[in-house]
Amino acid sequence: MVPVECYFVLSALLFFIGVYGFVTRRNLIAMLVSIELVLNAVDLNFAAFNRLLFPGEFEGFFMTLFSIGVSAAESAVAIAIIINVYRNFHSDQVNSIENMKY
Amino acid sequence: MASIVMFCILAAVILGSAVMCVTTKRIMRSVTFLLFVLLGVAGLYFLLDYTYLGAAQISVYAGGMVMMYIFAVQLVSKRTLQGLVERVKGCRALSYALICLVGLATVAGVQLKNGFISVLVEGKEVPMQTIGEALLGSEKYQYVLPFEFISVFLLACIIGAIVVARKEKEDK
Repeated sequence: MVPVECYFVLSALLFFIGVYGFVTRRNLIAMLVSIELVLNAVDLNFAAFNRLLFPGEFEGFFMTLFSIGVSAAESAVAIAIIINVYRNFHSDQVNSIENMKY
Repeated sequence: MASIVMFCILAAVILGSAVMCVTTKRIMRSVTFLLFVLLGVAGLYFLLDYTYLGAAQISVYAGGMVMMYIFAVQLVSKRTLQGLVERVKGCRALSYALICLVGLATVAGVQLKNGFISVLVEGKEVPMQTIGEALLGSEKYQYVLPFEFISVFLLACIIGAIVVARKEKEDK
């Protein structure tokens, strides 16, 4: 029986590794990969909360299930946008997209 | 005891792969390490006796999305992505790392000080019938409405992705 604090610490570490990747990388796909790390950390937290603290109920379980589906859709649209950005700007760095900034 | 050993192995795989994923220079390697992180998280779901969730994680994340990332990386460019060397300024990366460490200390401190009462569960898998009834029932604690919403949402995302990524016809 793994204590629930272990899951919390692991998930917090994974979350902040993802945040670190998101703020340091300047490549669109690398930033998207970091977002996936953050989403996985949150999903893991939901599942661990549900299983170890409230084992008779299923809210966290279904939250995780729906979150997996939503993040799949989100990354599909994001990759479509990235391919389009690359086609227009011939670059995949966030610095190249400055037309909409001002 | 065995589950603690399994947890430690999975945690080492997840954290090592995640650190490599955000620090490696090449995008292809980054995506590959993301695959290991996703498989490790699926292993944790199996360890929590949520086998359905683990299977969904493997089939949707590891099977579908990583494949999509790899195709996108291969599609986008030969020059800019595959041999990409990112220049991260050392002092800025250090300050970002410090900020992340402060956030991590805050979150972990709050969660560890809280003193959750852990209910001991014996290794009992969630039966498939419970999942199916909860997904398709319309009473309290049943989820037919989000289920239908997510199907419409997926359809909208498919259409949106096609519209965004479609190549414009060159007018002559």
